[in-house]
Amino acid sequence: MPKSLFQKVWDAHAVRALANGQTQLLIGTHLIHEVTSPQAFGMMRDLGLKVLMPHRTFATVDHIVPTDQFAEPYRDPLAQAMMDELRKNCAQFGITFFDRATGKQGIVHIVGPEQGITQPGTTIACGDSHTSTHGAFGAIAFGIGTSQVRDVLATQTMALGQLKVRRIEVNGKLPPGVYAKDVILHIIRQLGVNGGTGYAYEYAGSTFDGFTMEERMTVCNMSIEGGARVGYVNPDETTFAYLKGRPYSPKGTAWDAAVANWKSFASDPGAKYDDVVKINAAAIAPSVTWGINPGQGITINENVPSPETATSADDKTGIIEALAYMKLTPGAPIKGTKINVAFLGSCTNGRTSDFQEVAKFLKGRRVAPGVKAIAVPGSQIVALQCEKLGLDQIFRDAGFEWREAGCSMCLAMNPDKLVGDQLCASSSNRNFKGRQGSTTGRTLLMSPVMVAAAAVTGAVADAREVFGVGQN
Amino acid sequence: MSLAKISSLTGRGVFVPGNDIDTDRIIPARFMKCVTFDGLGEFLFYDVRKNADGTDKPHPLNDPRFEGATVLLSGANFGCGSSREHAPQAIQKHGFKAVVAEGFAEIFYGNCVTLGIPCFEASREAIAKIAAALEKNPQTELILDVAKQEIRFAGQTVQAAVRPSARDALVNGRWDAIGELLEGLPTVKTTAAKLPYLAA
Ligand code: SF4
Repeated sequence: MPKSLFQKVWDAHAVRALANGQTQLLIGTHLIHEVTSPQAFGMMRDLGLKVLMPHRTFATVDHIVPTDQFAEPYRDPLAQAMMDELRKNCAQFGITFFDRATGKQGIVHIVGPEQGITQPGTTIACGDSHTSTHGAFGAIAFGIGTSQVRDVLATQTMALGQLKVRRIEVNGKLPPGVYAKDVILHIIRQLGVNGGTGYAYEYAGSTFDGFTMEERMTVCNMSIEGGARVGYVNPDETTFAYLKGRPYSPKGTAWDAAVANWKSFASDPGAKYDDVVKINAAAIAPSVTWGINPGQGITINENVPSPETATSADDKTGIIEALAYMKLTPGAPIKGTKINVAFLGSCTNGRTSDFQEVAKFLKGRRVAPGVKAIAVPGSQIVALQCEKLGLDQIFRDAGFEWREAGCSMCLAMNPDKLVGDQLCASSSNRNFKGRQGSTTGRTLLMSPVMVAAAAVTGAVADAREVFGVGQN
Repeated sequence: MSLAKISSLTGRGVFVPGNDIDTDRIIPARFMKCVTFDGLGEFLFYDVRKNADGTDKPHPLNDPRFEGATVLLSGANFGCGSSREHAPQAIQKHGFKAVVAEGFAEIFYGNCVTLGIPCFEASREAIAKIAAALEKNPQTELILDVAKQEIRFAGQTVQAAVRPSARDALVNGRWDAIGELLEGLPTVKTTAAKLPYLAA
């Protein structure tokens, strides 16, 4: 019987049925970071447990690292304590730690792929909701809670119920100035922030076939924002080309065997899905969120909704609450809304290709007066690649601050925070109340090029007009 | 690893009145920047228990008569709000071994059971009776019987429900999935051996 990739990976990793009907699922790769792992290690010590497969566990530090200070001790003693704890745990349990001194540190969802740790046909878990990013490689990747981090450390498995699979097919060529970020914002707007509950999302169609790995990662990253537990793209030649030669990729004769094995996990033609959604790429436009969840998005030339346009009572309550928090005028164009901060980075859009694309347009331009603009590479390797290409200079010349690698203002657990009710054009993935470090701070999610357009004009703008995208 | 079979426990109690006590009230979010759950106990109910300068506000947990209580009693919909494990952890680390309330939020209930904290659902009248006995004599010993779903104290007995799946898990020492997962270890190894990326 033809099967989907999800079903094949699940079957290959199912250890046994548990008493409560869930499955004990083998997790081949465990990624950990400083925020959700220390308590789990504490539980391991309390219970006298060992890490079952330390060689399949990889650590990095991302959330709390300052991006303007490399040297330790950090100004925030709690941040330093979390750093020290992770170092200690990795040393004690024999876990590879991509510490800053290795030059390989970065956001966990950027480091995994970069090192070739993220591979097709595997299961991955991490105590972080955006673990879905790794699905871009045809892996099934779960974000998990602290007790489950412990479960995976101790047993390399976790208890889990089956998921349904929804295939989301996007076909055709994206119009100029429309990016992967716009594709996922479009999908979430269409299916809703809870639309994916109980589902794994399989992204497919000619648009995804033509996407780079970076673009696939941007989409898979935000699967969780659409309520899906995991999201993935079937592995293909683009996937294999990306992985070839990476530090943890198979080498020599093992490479060919691995590719053959990876190919066997791709969804079979004729596989059955619980749901299929089809989207025309030509209908997707540059998008920006106006509200307090990632589903509250519009295209750049639309107006901010007003409560009267609500489709249901719940929708109406949601719009009223969001407008009150965002301090936006109902029915007014989003275009022209003044911004205070521009943030480029995060596990959604903090890769070399993102900075490259922005730099193309930013060259020779200046950030508008009064706008604070920061560019934060997702990893030390991204930073180095950008610096080799001279991109850091383009950003600096334009008036951006060029920072050290980390999560930074995506969730502001480090010193990078909005102040008061500042409005931020952000390439990150969450626009929840207070997400960027101020209880009244406001976030507008958009593609990196749209963030750059907002930065140089000082207001939400159509990057196609500002930069003449698509007009030769 | 074998988990304790929690079929009954004995201890003194403290009553924290109020409905809809949420996870933020139980442990304010700013205390989540931490490396262990261990220290969380002292921040339990912090903002309702302490003034800005760190001095005590009047609160049952600050009342010396109830020091050393291991049973927390409260009102309806206890533990609503976020799914974070920090809330039941703070309760446990403060020294509580069981919670008795009129009702519990779903996720909080599950998180408690995973930590081996039995949650008893009792009527408002039953909880008032226990609270009255504690007020009269803070040393009153409470016997919480998970298997029989009752609480015995000062010569009285009240009904206190424990949900069937939780009851089974607690009484049989299966309240934490880790036990069952560890039992599967031999099969984990054979499953892993069949996967090329794990076989090496
Ligand atoms: S960049 Fe943001 S979303 Fe991604 S892991 Fe860091 S905090 Fe989470």
